[in-house]
Amino acid sequence: MRKIFFESLIHGTLTEAPPSPDQAALTELGASLSRVVRRRIGRSLAIRQIDAGSCNGCELEIHALNNAFYDVERFGLRFVASPRHADVLLVTGPVTKNMREALERTYRATPDPKWVVAVGDCAVDGGVFAGSYACVGAVSAVVPVDLHIRGCPPSPLQLLKGLLALLEPGAAVEKA
Amino acid sequence: MPALIDMIDQGRKIPHHRPWARAVVHSDVWRFAASQLAETHWLLLGLWGDTHAVHMALLEEGSTGIGVISLECADGRFPSVGQTHPPALRLERTIRDLFGLEPTAGPDPRPWLDHGWWGLRYPLGARVGHPIEGYSYDFLPSEGESLHQIAVGPVHAGIIEPGHFRFTANGETVVRLEERLGYVHKGIEGLMAGADLTMAARLAGRTSGDSTVAYGIAFARAAEAALDIAPPPRAVWLRALMAEIERLANHVGDIGAICNDAAFALMHAHCAILRERVLRAANECFGHRLMRDRALPGGVATDLEASGIACLRALVVEFRRRFPALVDLYDNTASLQDRTVGTGVLQPTLARQYACGGYVGRASGRNFDARRMPGYPPYDSLRFEVPLLEAGDVNARVWVRIREVEQSLSLIEQILNQLPGGPICADVARSGAGPREGVALVEGFRGDILIWLRLGGDGKVERCHLRDPSWFQWPLLEAAVEGNIVADFPLCNKSFNCSYSGHDL
Ligand code: SF4
Repeated sequence: MRKIFFESLIHGTLTEAPPSPDQAALTELGASLSRVVRRRIGRSLAIRQIDAGSCNGCELEIHALNNAFYDVERFGLRFVASPRHADVLLVTGPVTKNMREALERTYRATPDPKWVVAVGDCAVDGGVFAGSYACVGAVSAVVPVDLHIRGCPPSPLQLLKGLLALLEPGAAVEKA
Repeated sequence: MPALIDMIDQGRKIPHHRPWARAVVHSDVWRFAASQLAETHWLLLGLWGDTHAVHMALLEEGSTGIGVISLECADGRFPSVGQTHPPALRLERTIRDLFGLEPTAGPDPRPWLDHGWWGLRYPLGARVGHPIEGYSYDFLPSEGESLHQIAVGPVHAGIIEPGHFRFTANGETVVRLEERLGYVHKGIEGLMAGADLTMAARLAGRTSGDSTVAYGIAFARAAEAALDIAPPPRAVWLRALMAEIERLANHVGDIGAICNDAAFALMHAHCAILRERVLRAANECFGHRLMRDRALPGGVATDLEASGIACLRALVVEFRRRFPALVDLYDNTASLQDRTVGTGVLQPTLARQYACGGYVGRASGRNFDARRMPGYPPYDSLRFEVPLLEAGDVNARVWVRIREVEQSLSLIEQILNQLPGGPICADVARSGAGPREGVALVEGFRGDILIWLRLGGDGKVERCHLRDPSWFQWPLLEAAVEGNIVADFPLCNKSFNCSYSGHDL
């Protein structure tokens, strides 16, 4: 363990590797995101993810935000375990009727001010599952949505861009 | 004991059902099949409903026999299989929820996927226009001194899918776990009915996002079997390449995540880096990080360029350089081993009874891999081992994944070396009239995925059933957790890593 640990220390962080276009965009995005978050709420941004019927593809990419390449915590974005600690709800899936109540309850459990981001084509309008007897469809049909991030699933970079758009003045409705 | 094939020969054979035979049988033959399952002479691959009928896919090990038997349910009933063969229980409850067909003498009258919110009942059957009246769901009772219950979910604390777990505990020890699933039921099989092949393939690829390639291949193979067409060789090899990339990404991600649930974050961080490298390579080669909608009926959607081949070779080199050190780290960290060894043991007899596939089955001694048996191209031209362990604990499930990562690396190399040229997609225009049926069994990273398909005369899907490997793994998680401490549940759960979406459909 020590060997791997020290090796990682010596080899530096992955994000310092020669910047590919991807990497450069990421650093820039992250920096502006963290500026905006500090200005708007004066601390890191707490995010709670809710799967409202996703195929689990969106979750995989949301997970990826935490890996060493994206490492969103350095920009002041933090995933929290309870809606009661959250500023932002990231909702995925075509809101299955079996999850509707849980989504509403989770929304109510989140303190104000809060933002809701609908992540993925399913959350935007039901995606390929639109019209099913078992789905409500758009997240916005159940809880008020501040921002939609399209994609099936959206890539980690698209997710970061979305979160930035959410917090930039003018891009989102002021709710505080 | 008659062979499966003899039993099918006795029934009314259905023409245009490929590649394995299907026969409509009498109820006494259906009951006989259930008794063969109960004695594990045969194994259950799937049990699903249809308009006024039920179907059962059976596997006879050793003879490489697979067959489908069907029973017409004129009176809306069929003899319960779950009565003698518990792996069928949740499947039967689902048939009742979706089609309104009643398993006679079924031991569990509770609904499963229907939570009373759909606004109707039997959505794939009679479509009764009102939900279950006074819906309530009773968990199984537990009696005993100082037992307490812990209810968890459907919304969990991490970035995970929703489901409900009801623990009955005595102090810290789990006496019983009961799962309640169905929260992410999207009605995929309902949407399938009437869909054209393009739309149906998109739906199949969104049944369980982590297995989108495997589902794409399974659907394509079922459609190609039904239409009796063959995809071009290059497509077959590219599919296998994508399937192994998907396996690699998921396994390495899981190995890290399991260690993370044992509070060993270093492994998680390093495995997540490797996983990200795989996804980036996939994006570079096939234009999508999860390679979604790339395997289609008739072939594949994206060709692999020379730059893609170089990218994948570099990925294999990177893995070979990094992965062994992580395996050493896992093997030599006593505090980690202390959590994984002997935890969440799944008995081999249960794994066999449930025809449990994937790393869960193989870590409990069940030597089954759909790439081998029934087998499908190009795996018959490739060298690979199917790792097998007996211990059945979290540690064994980690090791099976580790060995499978190594096998997938070798498979990727072999595929790159032997990749044939030529076109990547064949015409799927159908020939011949009347309904046609196809079935496919494909090894996803989690285990064998069964897809059964009936195409109508217009080329549209009439009925498609998708059976995720999780159907036969979820119930076993309940068994594996028993006697463990509540705090080890996340570890056990992650080592199974069942799909909620794939199961809930
Ligand atoms: S948007 Fe795509 S990846 Fe996300 S939940 Fe829907 S189908 Fe899955």
